[in-house]
Amino acid sequence: MALKRTPLYQWHVDHGAHMVEFAGFEMPLYYNSIKEEHLNVREGAGLFDISHMGELLIYGPEAFDFLQYATTNDVGRLKRGQAQYTLLLNEAGGIIDDAILYKLDDDRFMLVVNAANTEKDFNWLNHLAKGFNVDIEDVSDQMALIAIQGPRAQAILSKLSETDLFQIPYYHFVVGAISGFPNVIISNTGYTGSGGFELYMAPGYAKYIWEELLHEGKDEGLVPVGLGARDTLRLEMGYRLYGNDMDESTSPLEAGLNWVVHYDKDFVGREALLKQKEEGFTRRLRGFVVEDRLIPRKGYEIVDREGTPVGTVTSGGFGYSINKVIGMGYIDRAALKNKSDLFLKARNRTAQIKLSKLPFYKDSPFVKNK
Amino acid sequence: MNIPDDLLYTQDHEWIRVESQGDKQVGVVGITDYAQSQLGDIVFVDVNTVGETLSQQEIFGTIEAVKTVADLFMPVSGKVVEFNEQLRDKPELINQDPYGEGWIIKVELTNPEELNSLLSAEQYKQLIGEEG
Repeated sequence: MALKRTPLYQWHVDHGAHMVEFAGFEMPLYYNSIKEEHLNVREGAGLFDISHMGELLIYGPEAFDFLQYATTNDVGRLKRGQAQYTLLLNEAGGIIDDAILYKLDDDRFMLVVNAANTEKDFNWLNHLAKGFNVDIEDVSDQMALIAIQGPRAQAILSKLSETDLFQIPYYHFVVGAISGFPNVIISNTGYTGSGGFELYMAPGYAKYIWEELLHEGKDEGLVPVGLGARDTLRLEMGYRLYGNDMDESTSPLEAGLNWVVHYDKDFVGREALLKQKEEGFTRRLRGFVVEDRLIPRKGYEIVDREGTPVGTVTSGGFGYSINKVIGMGYIDRAALKNKSDLFLKARNRTAQIKLSKLPFYKDSPFVKNK
Repeated sequence: MNIPDDLLYTQDHEWIRVESQGDKQVGVVGITDYAQSQLGDIVFVDVNTVGETLSQQEIFGTIEAVKTVADLFMPVSGKVVEFNEQLRDKPELINQDPYGEGWIIKVELTNPEELNSLLSAEQYKQLIGEEG
């Protein structure tokens, strides 16, 4: 199958991006340096093309009831103009996807899903929708998505926006014009922990808005940022990545995502989760710091002092803002309970790891308990 | 892609520059511009073989980049006499200057004839042309 391209593909290539395959798309991994792009987002601002993300429109008289059933978070808490992080589960309580749900209107929602899962989610939701008066439309190809993130993001975006961005709280959005282009969803959300906005727009606007933002942000240090730094930034925040830190074999209880599960409603996977709560579960996603010059990679084993396997790495990398080697992985709760010494087993080497509370990056404006 | 004419190359993307020091032949070894661009941001360079005598194609160290980890192979047999200590704190020198400040080890050659088995700049260009 041919790889898909975003409307900004040619721009990335023309500007020297190192392109890689990701979720069926040709995407920029970095332009110049992952480290510099990472630090630029933390200290100034960065611009991301994340148009590969999937967007599903869900609308109709029973859209609300349907979404209460199909997703784990409480859709009843969403006001128009608000968004929430949520999960899709299967009947066994395994995570089909994590997503952001936008309430566009009382009977109209947008679910933003992982690119690799768009088709799977669309089919799954259609399967669940039998018996509901609801329509589901995959509009991924009709939408580009640009994120501007970092402490300077709001000031830069303000120059191109008629909307007062201070009026948009975290996890809220408005539909407005950017640089004169109408109907852009301006959403105060992101995947970096450094604040900023995500902009959903018609694909035809993407290149113009992208270039206008870079132009306006030049003096503020705005640079394009690839998926490499997007990964190190999200890892420092302990944000889970679907396909690495969770999948259909892991439950929200194991993945530490129980906070987005609202049990006071009927939803797919509820019975399985209640059962798992009652009977207990054996492993838990935890963050850790490696006390050696060894980068944890997905699939590396975590062992105890005797060398017995007690876990598996799901994500890892260097945290440029905290200057530490960090990772996440599933670890047996028995080993956690016993406070066993834990070690990372990689290739022909072993290094001790220390469990760490998430997020690793405590200077984020979103960290309350520093 | 920068591929200097005065170096010799391996299939594994190391380069070597050989100088005569008295009756000894000493080679400076690093990885190519192509290799560093494929690896992306380098986070650590680990070389624990200083003082050891290794054969051609033996592993003398490891490079950890953001996205991947790669072994470093001896271009020729010899004794590892020096590691570029600057790389401990500044591994990015390999990204910035792979043939200069980003050199990795110095090797005292034990079998200089092996140099004949290495690739010229022209041959290396063809190799990465095929890979690219």
